[in-house]
Amino acid sequence: MSKQTSKQIGKRLHRREVVTELLSERGNLLVVAGLGAPAWDITHAGDHDLNFPLWGAMGGAALIGLGLALAQPKRKVLVITGDGEMLMGLGALATIAVQKPRNLSVVVLDNERYGETGMQETHTGHGVNLAGMAKAAGFAHTFMVRTEAEVTRLKKRIYSGDGTLFAQIKVDAERLPLVLPPREGSLLKNRFRAALLGPDAAHQ
Amino acid sequence: MKKIAESDWPEEVHALLKDAGVRQVAIVPDAGHSRLIKLCEKDKSMRVVRLTTEEEGVAVLAGAWLGGEKGVLLMQSSGVGNCINMLTLSVACQFPLLMLVTMRGDHGEFNPAQIPMGNSTQAVLEALGVMVKRVDTPEDVTEMVSATARLAFNTYRPVALLIGQRIQGAKDFRKLTQSVPK
Repeated sequence: MSKQTSKQIGKRLHRREVVTELLSERGNLLVVAGLGAPAWDITHAGDHDLNFPLWGAMGGAALIGLGLALAQPKRKVLVITGDGEMLMGLGALATIAVQKPRNLSVVVLDNERYGETGMQETHTGHGVNLAGMAKAAGFAHTFMVRTEAEVTRLKKRIYSGDGTLFAQIKVDAERLPLVLPPREGSLLKNRFRAALLGPDAAHQ
Repeated sequence: MKKIAESDWPEEVHALLKDAGVRQVAIVPDAGHSRLIKLCEKDKSMRVVRLTTEEEGVAVLAGAWLGGEKGVLLMQSSGVGNCINMLTLSVACQFPLLMLVTMRGDHGEFNPAQIPMGNSTQAVLEALGVMVKRVDTPEDVTEMVSATARLAFNTYRPVALLIGQRIQGAKDFRKLTQSVPK
């Protein structure tokens, strides 16, 4: 975590630029996105068979990533979610930290708002530090990210997969056009499994 | 009727789950599951994932299935209420989900606080679209777990087996207490 430079004070990262950067040259990365803006953000970066964007299950994104990471220890798993979604399932930080999957990264795009419901404030705008909570829970690597340079460093850590990682990225509370992924849950599940496990997935 | 301590169902169910390919065992403990949990913890082919609340297990096991692994959620009926919104994930995406739910607020309950959730467990699950099976005799537990697992994994849906309190025996709080100091 580096200090803010004077240039960046009052200027926040743009969520879609951050996500596009994290997912560029993604290789065989497995991606789970929390409902709402993070799901639109990963789809904006390019719909992909190895994306599992959520349309509901608020509070569950990081834990879906946990089950996936445990099942696929040789693959890197990235969960991208929002501050409101993470706040709804804070117990996940403890549950994940105890399991210590080396291949799991949880990234929270923190606009300090419930963006989909009218930009109401969340706790993170009032001092609640999610990265600090993850650290206290026992995550190996935790980051508070505010600059492009920090995003670049974070990306290297995510793809190196050398320990359970949590990052809270402060982003601008901008209103953006929705970029919708497919919304049929069975389709999202089955295309993900086919891409990951091959045609035999349909016969498990 | 045999009580849990004299019954072999935890050993049989552990062997059955192993044989069915269950790898992730998500738990919020219950006394009724304690022997089965110990067996899973000793089994190197299984990963026990301790949860802070039962809904976490619904999400973890959805992730497991995405990654090609089967799992089981061990919990007590009090936790069904905690799972309600997360179960929409299993229903909407047709994730297989095997829930083994030991009942509280059921046969011979002592604790009034257990009754509202225990008495509505089946209705709540069914209202959400979760298929519910029930067993009240120890000699039938293994077969019912087997049938429930097959329903969940072969037909891609959440299925809960309610294991009646009659099998575990209701906890007798009076045996554990001392009188309130005056």
